[in-house]
Amino acid sequence: MHQLTIAEMIRGLQSKAFSSVELTRHLLARIQQLDSNYNSFITVTEELALSQAETADQRLAKGEAPALCGVPIAHKDIICTNGIRTSCASKMLDNFIPPYDATLVENLNAAGTVTLGKTNMDEFAMGSSNESSFYGPVRNPWNTLCVPGGSSGGSAAAVAALLVPGATGTDTGGSIRQPAALTNTTGLKPTYGRVSRWGIVAYASSLDQAGPIARNAEDAAYLLSAMASHDPKDSTSLNRSQEDFTAGLNNSVAGLKIGVPKEYFGEGLNTETAARVLDALKEFEKLGAELVDISLPHTELAIPAYYVIAPAEASANLSRFDGVRYGHRCENPKDLRDLYMRSRGEGFGEEVQRRILVGTYALSAGYYDAYYNKAQQVRRLIKQDFVQAFEKVDVIMGPTTPSPAFELGAKGTDPVAMYLEDIFTIATNLAGLPGMSIPCGLVSNLPVGLQITGNYLGESHMLNVAHQYQQVTDWHQASAV
Amino acid sequence: MAVDTQTVEKLAELARIAISEETIEEVSDRLGDILQLVDQLQAVNTDGVAPMSHPLDEVQTLRSDAITETDQRQSFLNLAPQSEEGLYLVPKVID
Repeated sequence: MHQLTIAEMIRGLQSKAFSSVELTRHLLARIQQLDSNYNSFITVTEELALSQAETADQRLAKGEAPALCGVPIAHKDIICTNGIRTSCASKMLDNFIPPYDATLVENLNAAGTVTLGKTNMDEFAMGSSNESSFYGPVRNPWNTLCVPGGSSGGSAAAVAALLVPGATGTDTGGSIRQPAALTNTTGLKPTYGRVSRWGIVAYASSLDQAGPIARNAEDAAYLLSAMASHDPKDSTSLNRSQEDFTAGLNNSVAGLKIGVPKEYFGEGLNTETAARVLDALKEFEKLGAELVDISLPHTELAIPAYYVIAPAEASANLSRFDGVRYGHRCENPKDLRDLYMRSRGEGFGEEVQRRILVGTYALSAGYYDAYYNKAQQVRRLIKQDFVQAFEKVDVIMGPTTPSPAFELGAKGTDPVAMYLEDIFTIATNLAGLPGMSIPCGLVSNLPVGLQITGNYLGESHMLNVAHQYQQVTDWHQASAV
Repeated sequence: MAVDTQTVEKLAELARIAISEETIEEVSDRLGDILQLVDQLQAVNTDGVAPMSHPLDEVQTLRSDAITETDQRQSFLNLAPQSEEGLYLVPKVID
């Protein structure tokens, strides 16, 4: 049963081939049996899952089932879940139990999903390897000596290990697409504003966006259709009507114009990774697509711009963790300043502290224009690169990451080496565009991801393109376990 | 760009994060590495480029000033490390 896709589960549940309780029990048992190898879950919500599954079965019996009724999923532990600990993989929020659901959780609950638990991640979503979690690193099901990527590493690993058919993630600079690439899963970051950020612990508000990680594009389309909504509680939420992202999956891609940016195939790209990506592009040519050489000249500025904007916004967002209203508080504070200083010094891990300090520097008196304002200007230049490219092409493709999964500890203590991991994914966030990663081959038995970047609000088209590729290839079916 | 330990101490004070004596050199070095990375931005000509804050240049929406939330005071207070009689408790601020 754990090998079924979400689409297959929906059919099985609706035809009464199995019940949601049976499916849920099966996956819970698998998590209990196997997850000590991966550490992909922080919290398993057995009781809640079984009660949601029972309700789902009742609705299925009555023929009142919504789209995803009875389908088990997991949520990244940055997404607030009513009555269930939401830790952000931080000591700071180790004891935080939100009294409300995030909008996207409400939406998925309304669609009938069953919550199996909360997945591990880099602390406060700051990282690309899942090594900064307070609960220990996640291991890649393809090779447990390797990282699964991050920050949504737990969600990606849980899907790759067939513990759950789909999971939610968040992506601020690549945190859905990069782990999807490293674990042979299909991950999608929607257009900024497509999925409500309300109830997601904020990292960098102008970049954060939630999306699905699943085993194929069709399943990602099912999840996104339920997650996306206009939400008056998120002031940056886009006011667009609900879409069924599965509707266009079967459209032909003949005549599709694929932009191939020369900057994404330069120095630093693993030659084997490049070869797998070029093979995928050839496959698209066979489907009738046309490859168009394009240039995104400001590509190399994406990482520097990101490491001003994201830390600056993080330093403001994370100021709310003060040891007063919720979260970790130090023992015996001697005064209020001591309470703040030690609670935050003890509660935040190294990388989180580093980004807060960088952000504080970038926003401090006299530096705002030189750093934050400058980075926001560069951000517009990066966006314009894409706007110009999309005048000529329908989608843009390239590698998701420069190389396959690396070993735990391989990037050492140098944060900058880790930052370069997101070189191909960050620009999409800065521009606010939708992006995906889909499996396109293996290098030394480690997965390679093909990144597809769509135009604004082009999720449906991007999913269609990915689905058509997955109809003629079987890389997405290759399994780690 | 090098960052001296005095600058780190000032930043730590602004950000209200206690940093131990033993780690401050290491923190300074790492911050220096990151600032060196982001200093690439300084070489870019951005004359006349408007800073971008929302990718789709959406503007702030307005809503009517109506009560939509229910009173959940106690459930929020329950999350606090220390509270009493409906108030958050902190160490004495005024003598």
